[in-house]
Amino acid sequence: MKTDIIISGVGGQGILSIAATIGLAAVANKLYLKQSEVHGMSQRGGDVQSHFRLSDKPIASDLIPYGKADIIISVEPMESLRYLPWLSKNGWIVTNSVPMVNIPDYPAAEDIINEIKKIKNHIIIDADSIAKEAGSSKAGNIVILGAASPFIQMPYSSLEDAIRKLFGKKGEEIVEINLKALKAGREASGK
Amino acid sequence: MKNLLLLGDEAIAQAALDAGLSGMYAYPGTPSTEIMEYIQSSEQAEERNVHREWSANEKTAMEAALGMSYCGKRAMVAMKHVGLNVAADPFINSAMTGVNGGLIVVSADDPSMHSSQNEQDSRFYAKFANVPCFEPSDQQEAYEMIFDAFELSEKYKLPVLFRITTRLAHSRASVSLREPMPEKKLSLPADPVQFVLLPAIARKKYKYLIDAFEKLRYEIRLSKYNSFKDGSNRDMGIIACGIAYNYLIENIGSSNHEYPVLKLSGYPFPKDLIKDITGRCKSVLILEEGAPMVEESLRGLLDDGIKIYGRMDGTVPRDGELNPTIVAKSLGMETSFGSEVPSLVKSRPPSFCKGCGHADMFNALIDALKFYKTGSVFADIGCYTLGALPPYNSINSCVDMGASVTMAVGAADAGLFPSVSVIGDSTFTHSGMTGLLDAVVKGSSVTIIISDNSTTGMTGGQDSHATGRLEQICSGLGVDEKHIRLIIPLRKNHEENVLIMREEFEHRGVSVIIAQRECIQTATKKKRAVTSNR
Ligand SMILES: Cc1ncc(C[n+]2csc(CCOP(=O)(O)OP(=O)(O)O)c2C)c(N)n1
Repeated sequence: MKTDIIISGVGGQGILSIAATIGLAAVANKLYLKQSEVHGMSQRGGDVQSHFRLSDKPIASDLIPYGKADIIISVEPMESLRYLPWLSKNGWIVTNSVPMVNIPDYPAAEDIINEIKKIKNHIIIDADSIAKEAGSSKAGNIVILGAASPFIQMPYSSLEDAIRKLFGKKGEEIVEINLKALKAGREASGK
Repeated sequence: MKNLLLLGDEAIAQAALDAGLSGMYAYPGTPSTEIMEYIQSSEQAEERNVHREWSANEKTAMEAALGMSYCGKRAMVAMKHVGLNVAADPFINSAMTGVNGGLIVVSADDPSMHSSQNEQDSRFYAKFANVPCFEPSDQQEAYEMIFDAFELSEKYKLPVLFRITTRLAHSRASVSLREPMPEKKLSLPADPVQFVLLPAIARKKYKYLIDAFEKLRYEIRLSKYNSFKDGSNRDMGIIACGIAYNYLIENIGSSNHEYPVLKLSGYPFPKDLIKDITGRCKSVLILEEGAPMVEESLRGLLDDGIKIYGRMDGTVPRDGELNPTIVAKSLGMETSFGSEVPSLVKSRPPSFCKGCGHADMFNALIDALKFYKTGSVFADIGCYTLGALPPYNSINSCVDMGASVTMAVGAADAGLFPSVSVIGDSTFTHSGMTGLLDAVVKGSSVTIIISDNSTTGMTGGQDSHATGRLEQICSGLGVDEKHIRLIIPLRKNHEENVLIMREEFEHRGVSVIIAQRECIQTATKKKRAVTSNR
């Protein structure tokens, strides 16, 4: 078993929380993992990504080779396209549809969605609205994780446990909102 | 034993704590920052009261660590690669004095310059200083190696350079921990003049250093982090260093190799091991992150030995970070590729946060400079360097920490008017103060704008030594108090700020304008901490 994941977004959108959740779940499932993160300059509103590798065997490289990612999980639609060189032929894109416009030449949202639709396996959801319904507009990242969860080869309950662990310090209310966000995302994926 | 999910940086920090560290010294710098941050938030460090405060810059950090080592205690100092340039003087001379307690100097290189001005390779500093260098390939090895590095440091009484690169620093994996060791007791050097580098003593110390070199080579040769695996095809052998070894294994698996593989883990390069593999193969491919240092030493000037493939002949790109795909190509293996990035995808450079005072400072500066035909803005390193990007396009230089002040001084010497420096508060106390003293002594016509967000922003908001001290420092250095101006960079103060800047440009002498507004990131973090404590 092996799942190679690229998690992408814009600095400040919470991709490290997605990675931390999968990481905690992977440890609970006694899987090997390597998770490469971006710290530093790009965190100021630039494009950020994390290479996340899960396997039942030891993993050598911290980076995923081109063409080998099983999933691109993206909190921002244009950012999902930036990592296409890594996506394997049968890989999935799971992305938020809501653009984060912080550059003057941001393309038309419609064109981006059309471009994503050209990839055979895609799931595009409005994570921001789903998150708001779940109780917090900040939980869009967890909604996207929920939508990608069917493709991550781990029991769903281990992701829920990971969320309890990760957000436990912030109180029961925050935990519940994020569990709801995860579930709503999973349902929205239609898988 | 306990397992933790750790970044390479964190594995190094945890290892140092478990190896009985007494003092951690550092100035922030990507990708090394998380080493100190981990120790600062560690309960273990708190229980033992391990020294763990930021230093003003890498030089002061290195020297303080040497002082800790002088007392027989284990010390570590961490910095980004360019930080070692700043600390080069104490670093090179610490090889001459030698150490007492174990001393590890961690230097984190940034190939591909993800967050840096250059991609210099710190291993050259080991060669320059005649000290050993360790280079781990993964997080577990980084953890283990720290223990060996302390031991080697104490055995030869020399500092050990510990070289990592961005990818290892910022990648997380499970690390299994050892039983923690106690700290060393305070004990002064046996030789009372060990640290006194008067020429007569230094000459003796240098001979020791030269003599130690081949012994160190032997130690590195015996290191358990080297490995050799033979292969069936002797047409080529492969030498892989540090993290490059992982990219190799990703492609060829961990057993049944076609080509013989030698994994190297440190400097001085183990000649015997290298001779063994080059002796049995017709050619050799060298995979190393950073500069072609192993490759260059194998080729020598004449390059008339066996055929060598690497960065210098283009088999591997000459610059930039390695990755598994590049390594596959260098092996002539087939590689896969998803699909091209569609052309509509635009680059998304970092930018000022909403509510950042630097932005309002630049808006005022741009308007103030409109009244002059000539004039340049020498900037420095930090979030405010983003003033180089549109729509601001308002800085003319960014070289090294502190250079804004001194370049402005030199340009004023050349007759440039106005000659303006823009520097962050943390950068100012790192390396700007001495330049300001130059300006004061010479009476240079410069305007130094200290864009004070009261934190070290670019690296994630560490405390800044400058906070609350800037006016005092500037007047202490001799800047006329009438020309130390305080402004608040807010849109509503724009006109007033433009006016103040113009007044100070017109002053024929040193002016300092402190543009003070707290970083929006640290302000928000503080607010959150307050509400969650309620
Ligand atoms: C010698 C050296 N050390 C460290 C760094 C890393 N570094 C770049 S910017 C920066 C912080 C600057 O802080 P400040 O001057 O307060 O500006 P801010 O980012 O807060 O705007 C640091 C530590 C570097 N580039 N060079």
